[in-house]
Amino acid sequence: MIQLRPGPIPLILAALIAVFLLMPLIAVIPVSFTPNRYLSVPDAEWSLRHYRSLLDKPVWAEGIWLSIRIGLVASVVATALATAFALGIWMLQPRFAGLLMGLALLPMVAPPVVSALTLYFFLITLSKVNGVIAYDTWAGVALAHAVMIAPFAVVLISVALSQLDRRIDLAARSMGAGVMTRVFGVILPNIRFTLLTALFLTFVLSWEEIGVTLFITSVNAVTLPRLMWMGLRDNIDPAIAAISVVLIAIVVAVILGKTLWQLRKAK
Amino acid sequence: MTSRHILLLGPLLLLLGAAYLVPFLGVMQWSVTLPEPGLGQYRTALTDPLVLGVIWRTLRICALVTVLSVAAAYVMTLVWVRGGPVARLVVELCILIPFWISVLTRAFGWLALLSNKGLVNGWLQTLGIISEPLTLVRNEFGVVLGMVHFLVPFAVFPLASSMRAVDERVLMAARGMGASRARIFWQIFVPMTKSGILGAVLLVFVFALGFFVTPAILGGGRSVMVAELIYLRIFQSPDWGLGAAISVILMIAVGALLALMLRQTKGAAR
Repeated sequence: MIQLRPGPIPLILAALIAVFLLMPLIAVIPVSFTPNRYLSVPDAEWSLRHYRSLLDKPVWAEGIWLSIRIGLVASVVATALATAFALGIWMLQPRFAGLLMGLALLPMVAPPVVSALTLYFFLITLSKVNGVIAYDTWAGVALAHAVMIAPFAVVLISVALSQLDRRIDLAARSMGAGVMTRVFGVILPNIRFTLLTALFLTFVLSWEEIGVTLFITSVNAVTLPRLMWMGLRDNIDPAIAAISVVLIAIVVAVILGKTLWQLRKAK
Repeated sequence: MTSRHILLLGPLLLLLGAAYLVPFLGVMQWSVTLPEPGLGQYRTALTDPLVLGVIWRTLRICALVTVLSVAAAYVMTLVWVRGGPVARLVVELCILIPFWISVLTRAFGWLALLSNKGLVNGWLQTLGIISEPLTLVRNEFGVVLGMVHFLVPFAVFPLASSMRAVDERVLMAARGMGASRARIFWQIFVPMTKSGILGAVLLVFVFALGFFVTPAILGGGRSVMVAELIYLRIFQSPDWGLGAAISVILMIAVGALLALMLRQTKGAAR
């Protein structure tokens, strides 16, 4: 039971920091209604032209659809491989488990630019032998994303398994369950929420991935973040503000919805 | 090695080995073979004034960003863990919402606020405080703001776990013996959460070292950091050897910091 609440000084400081954290997200809203072609704040006239251009210009729909496709493939592949790997570590307790884990987490801990360089040369090498999983193709990006996001799924699933009671598995085994029954009938159903969380998290990570995508795409596999990057670097396109407002609104809606649901459940 | 080992552990290790480990070793190899065999690129990386300048700027920005992010996160976590129900909820939303929004959107938000025709310059001009717009982005100031904004939520998590572990009775004992709020905070609470602070500092610093997107957008090519330098060396001026050598140096620095972090968490668990 907490008896000593923070005094006025930390509360005031926290309010200021809260403003700092939310301000750039709020600032995007007025800019998205500018009637001009450049980044500016509307004075008198507010315009929806940049929202309309999101619908009219096919590049945006194409980018969004490509990002969804890549995100689905990459998150399913990464979660499936990570689940098998985490199960292997948990059930078999192999020698050098620490070393294997370290290798599995490498793309997560390495600086993104080093990963980007590494995956760039991997995909360039693949391009020499095939045209499907290659540099600047959607399958190549999906594969690179799977490599980058798999460690996060490994962490989530390993933590869930470490909290699982081993006796459940032992009981199933002693009653004669085979490996398939143990995995699909006993262990995985017990961590199903973690599996869904891992799928969701890895999808979001792929959906917003830019650090690696920037290096492994040029003109064909233009994901949504890649498209936003192009609009941010040169002349800043206010359509970026419109798409940002949409993305922020989705996140805020999901988080508020989840918070309200938890509050109601707690009552 | 049984067939089960291969079936379960094999697929992920195969993918990461082929797509990550082997090409990474290839990149390491260039650092000592391109354009000629030897350690020449490392000598260049550690003596060339341009590269050294970038490394120095990176360390300076990362140190400043780390101090600011961890300090801001400490205040937020304090209210999140120990505040009343309303304050707690507000802080939680202020941490979670930016956390789930992509780095690009957040960097763009800073451009919308700080660029020449952005909100801040607009307000200041309407109020008549300035006549010419201030240069607030495309410089180090913008980079630092953007990076702190990105890293605060990450620093909250290690701090929260150490603050939750503080024994309330210790604080009440100090209060019972007449210590002021400030004294309880600085002499008891802060030292008791030292492991969380160290964890947050290392985490934020490691993240900041490899930062690419935020400095590239908010720095506008004027305050290049190590990650952007690697990008420029590999893709703009084909100087693969030097780019690879700087990558290896960055990787070693990050590895050393991570080892320190691991030792520190193991020490705390004991």
